Amino acid sequence: MIYVDNAATTPIKPEVLDKMMPYLTEKFGNPSSIYKSGREAKEAISKARADIAEALGADEKEIYFTGSGSEADNWAIKGVAHSAKGRHIITTAIEHHAVLHSFEYLGRNGFEVTYLKVDNDGLVNPDDLRAAVREDTSLISIMTANNEIGTIQPIKELAQIAKEHKIPFHTDAVQAFGHIPLNVEDLGVDLLSVSAHKIGGPKGVGALYIRKGTKITQFMHGGAQEYGKRASTENVAGIVGFGCAAGLAMKNLDKNIAKTTSLRDYFIKKVQESIPHCRLNGHPTKRLPGNVNFSFEFIEGESLLLMLDMKGIEASSGSACTSGSLDPSHVLLAIGLEHEIAHGSLRISFSEDNTVEEADTIVRELIPIVQRLRDMSPLYHK
Amino acid sequence: MQYSQKVMDHFANPRNVGEIEDANAIGEVGNKKCGDIMKIYMKIEDDIIKDIKFKTFGCGAAVATSSIATELVKGKTIKEALSLTNKAVIDALEGLPPVKVHCSVLAEEAIKSAIADYYKRQGIDPEPIVGCSCNCTECPCNE
Repeated sequence: MIYVDNAATTPIKPEVLDKMMPYLTEKFGNPSSIYKSGREAKEAISKARADIAEALGADEKEIYFTGSGSEADNWAIKGVAHSAKGRHIITTAIEHHAVLHSFEYLGRNGFEVTYLKVDNDGLVNPDDLRAAVREDTSLISIMTANNEIGTIQPIKELAQIAKEHKIPFHTDAVQAFGHIPLNVEDLGVDLLSVSAHKIGGPKGVGALYIRKGTKITQFMHGGAQEYGKRASTENVAGIVGFGCAAGLAMKNLDKNIAKTTSLRDYFIKKVQESIPHCRLNGHPTKRLPGNVNFSFEFIEGESLLLMLDMKGIEASSGSACTSGSLDPSHVLLAIGLEHEIAHGSLRISFSEDNTVEEADTIVRELIPIVQRLRDMSPLYHK
Repeated sequence: MQYSQKVMDHFANPRNVGEIEDANAIGEVGNKKCGDIMKIYMKIEDDIIKDIKFKTFGCGAAVATSSIATELVKGKTIKEALSLTNKAVIDALEGLPPVKVHCSVLAEEAIKSAIADYYKRQGIDPEPIVGCSCNCTECPCNE
């Protein structure tokens, strides 16, 4: 099996699992308890919090563990919007659904939302943000890197605009964290969402960075966990795993970027050389190291995925059929693709564990599959 | 979402793929926007569908419903072919996921559309015989 859907999720790294196991077995105590096993669990959470804080260049008191990246996004957006006076909020057309649907929810509940457009490569124009800002703008949320096409936004420049107008700036960095350097001071963001399972950590744990002094409502009422802002007995093993995965990702960051980027560019070149009528979606260079997104004309993405799956290759698509609706990906439509081109997209997301041999195998299998589907397509004429 | 083995079989080994050069009935339904287009070619002689081929742009279910529909009507009379329902297509495939039911509707309409074309070519109004001969799949993208 060749797994190249690392933007969807990643396997837990063996070192990470080793660190987690004691907290699923003998060190099972509740971190709020006063006795030994409770204290051990509490210490482990503190250590993980320090690891995440270090990875982001933040203070430990600014890191709040959550149940997922989506939860972090929901909390950041609704929590900031509801604690502000202004009723205008800004985001982009290409956000992950966790952000997009949170904005749509607010839009139905008294807020006015501006959705910034992106160019054909998926980039937000800072001038558009400048023009959209109003007196009553109370939140700006722009993703660091896109989950489908991998485009990396100029967050520093965008956050600077927010700062000039004293508007809280949130970024969904779920796809970027652990894959490109991120420093909250350097970027100048006020809130930033991350997730464990995209970087070799477990599912069911994420974190929200909240800059000191940022006004935000409490997410969950109950106990005093997460500085009294997010009640719930902590997912100790998950948090420990997240801390460990983040530490590993930071330790190997430069090496992984170099390896994955070269694999990505090698694969892109090979596909472009061997399959006609294909289009690379997303920015050619300002993109995540592991992200590849192609549209193959005249064919549909789900069929492509099923055929790759039959060959033991696991990837993803922005076709309607994979989204459960009849519309193709909102991201691919936002970068200006025609519907039928958007339906024929394939996302390959490499990790540092993928190899050149695997990339070669994928290209070798992809060529006849695309041709077979084209031969079956009424849109294709030789 | 999980496809039945029958769907996967018809997707992996679709029957009757291609075009018929001297077809006397051609129907096309669906649209690019929705990501599903089915084109059916038939050779009809003495009211019998002697040969049938299809070309489909679409998901696994679209390919499988096209394939099974061609199998279900091949060698049948026009009347028999016109009685093909999307339900029969679903049953023959041993079920379809709910979000894919529209593909079976498309397959039914593709057959009807080709037969309507057959009548039109002979100067016969297909409407009373075939019923709706247009591409009438309800597609939210058409809004």
